[in-house]
Amino acid sequence: MININKDEILETINMIDTEHLDVRTITMGISLFDCITDDITRLCDKIYDKLTFCAKNLVSTGEEIEKIYGIPIINKRVSVTPISLVGSNISSEDYVKIAKTLDRAADTLGINFIGGYGALVQKGYTVGAKRLIESIPEALSTTNRVCSSVNVASTKAGINMDAVRDMGKIIKRTAELTKDNESIGCAKLVVFANVPEDNPFMAGAFHGMGEADCAINVGVSGPGVVSSAIKKAGDCDITELAEVVKKTAFKITRMGQLVAREASARLNAPFGIVDLSLAPTPAVGDSVAHILEAMGLETCGACGTTACLALLNDAVKKGGVMASSHVGGLSGAFIPVSEDAGMINAVESGCLTLEKLEAMTAVCSVGLDMIAVPGDTPADVISALIADEIAIGVVNTKTTAVRVIPAIGKGIGDSVHFGGLLGDAPVMRINTASPAKFISRGGRVPAPIHSLKN
Amino acid sequence: MLAVISVTGKDCVGIIADVSVKCREHEANIIDISQTVLQDFFCMIMLVQIDKLNVPFGDFIDAMEKLGKEKGLSIHTMHEDVFNSMHKI
Repeated sequence: MININKDEILETINMIDTEHLDVRTITMGISLFDCITDDITRLCDKIYDKLTFCAKNLVSTGEEIEKIYGIPIINKRVSVTPISLVGSNISSEDYVKIAKTLDRAADTLGINFIGGYGALVQKGYTVGAKRLIESIPEALSTTNRVCSSVNVASTKAGINMDAVRDMGKIIKRTAELTKDNESIGCAKLVVFANVPEDNPFMAGAFHGMGEADCAINVGVSGPGVVSSAIKKAGDCDITELAEVVKKTAFKITRMGQLVAREASARLNAPFGIVDLSLAPTPAVGDSVAHILEAMGLETCGACGTTACLALLNDAVKKGGVMASSHVGGLSGAFIPVSEDAGMINAVESGCLTLEKLEAMTAVCSVGLDMIAVPGDTPADVISALIADEIAIGVVNTKTTAVRVIPAIGKGIGDSVHFGGLLGDAPVMRINTASPAKFISRGGRVPAPIHSLKN
Repeated sequence: MLAVISVTGKDCVGIIADVSVKCREHEANIIDISQTVLQDFFCMIMLVQIDKLNVPFGDFIDAMEKLGKEKGLSIHTMHEDVFNSMHKI
C-alpha cells in the first residue's frame, strides 16, 4: 500500500476498537486577567462573556476532529486563570458567585468540567487567596462542573503549613456539604505541590500566569494499549520491556500531537502542550494497575510495584517526548484508585494499602488520587496526609497532589459510587494516630537545599 | 489526501462491489485494495483519494458506516494523517 503499511492500519484500528485508545481531553486554557474589575456583577458578566465567546466552538470542533480521524475524544474542557488572582480581595460570598458563573458558562458550552477555581499559596496567603479557599466548600457544593485546586508548596518556596492545616478542614467541610451525594465535592478538589500551569487534566487544570491569552492543551491516554503491548512482548527481559513501553508511548503521543495541532488550527488558538499521561478509566482493560500486573506482579500493591511503576513512568516520558513538539502538564502514569478497575481490585483484596500508594507516588506523575477514607477521619489527619505527600513532591522536585474523599457516614469496607469516569472508591484504612500538635504549629517548611540552584 | 477504509465481517458475495459503488457515488477514487478471507471472516483495507469528494469528508464517513450497518459489516473510514502520525517519524 502507498506509504501506509497494512499491519500498521490494523494495529491502529485495534488500539482504538479494543484497547481503549483515546484522547482523554482537549482543554482550552483561557486567561481571565482582562476581566478584572472591582464590581462583582460586572466581573461575573465579563467572565461569562469571555468564556462563552472564546470556547464557543470547542465542543463542536472536538466532535469534528473525533469524526474525521476516528479517534474518540472523551472530554472537552476549559481551564481558567486561578480565580483568586481575578477576584483579589472580594468576599468569600462573592467568590461563590464567580464559581456559579463558571458553572453556568460550562453548562452553556456543553463541557463537563471547568478548572481554575483555585489559589497559589505555596509561600503565603493573600487576602484574596484566603477568602477563595474559605469559599471552596460552598462553591463545590453549589456547582456541578467547577473544579478547584490549591498549590500549597513548591521546591523553591517550601511548604506553607498554614495552608496544609486549612486544607484538611476545607476537605472535611466540602465532604460534609456534599454528603448526600457521596461527598463528591472532594473529587473536584486537589491540593498540589509544584503544580504545573498547563495541565489539561481535571480536577487540577488551570491556566497559568505566564500563559498566553488562550491555549490548547491536549491530554492523551492509553493504559490498555500499553498493557496489551506488554502482554504481546511475552517473556522478554526488563530492558526490552522498557523499549516496548517507549515505542507504544510514542505512537499514543503522536496521535495526541495530531489532535492538538488540528484543534489549535481550527479554534484559532495557539497550541500549548501535549500531556503524555496514562490516565486510566474504570472500564475493563483500561487500567494502569493491570500494566503493572502484566509486567509480572500477582497484584498491584505487591512488593515490586514501585519499581514497575518507576519503569513505566520513565519509559512513557522517554517515548512520548520525541513525539510532540511541546510536552507539559503532568506527563506520566496516573494512579487514581476509584478510576482504575485494577487498583480497586487490589484495594479490595487487601494487597494495596494507603502506605504503598504513598510510596508509589514518589515515582508516578501525580499523587494520592481519588482515595476514599472513613468519613470520621479527623481534619488534622487529612492535613498530615497532605503534608506527607507534598513533602515527597517538594524534596524530589516533582508534582505531587492529594485528592482524598472523607466519605461521610461510611467506614472501612464500604464503598463510594461516583459513576462515570470518576468510578467507585473502596473506603481505605488510614492511620489515625494523632498528628494534631504537628499540624497546629503552622508556619512554613523551608525549601530544600537543592532548590538553591542559582 | 487519502483515507483508509477498513471493512471486516462475515464473508458474502458483493462486499467489494457494494463498497466500491458507494465510493463512486461520492467521487472517492480507489487507489489500492488489500483483501483476505480467513475461514469465513472477510477483511479488506481500501485506500481512496478524497480530494474530489462531492460531500464533506464527515458525511462520507457516515455514508460508509451506514452501508456497514445495512450489510452487517464493520466499516471504518479514517483520514491517512492518523496512520502517518502514529507510524512515521
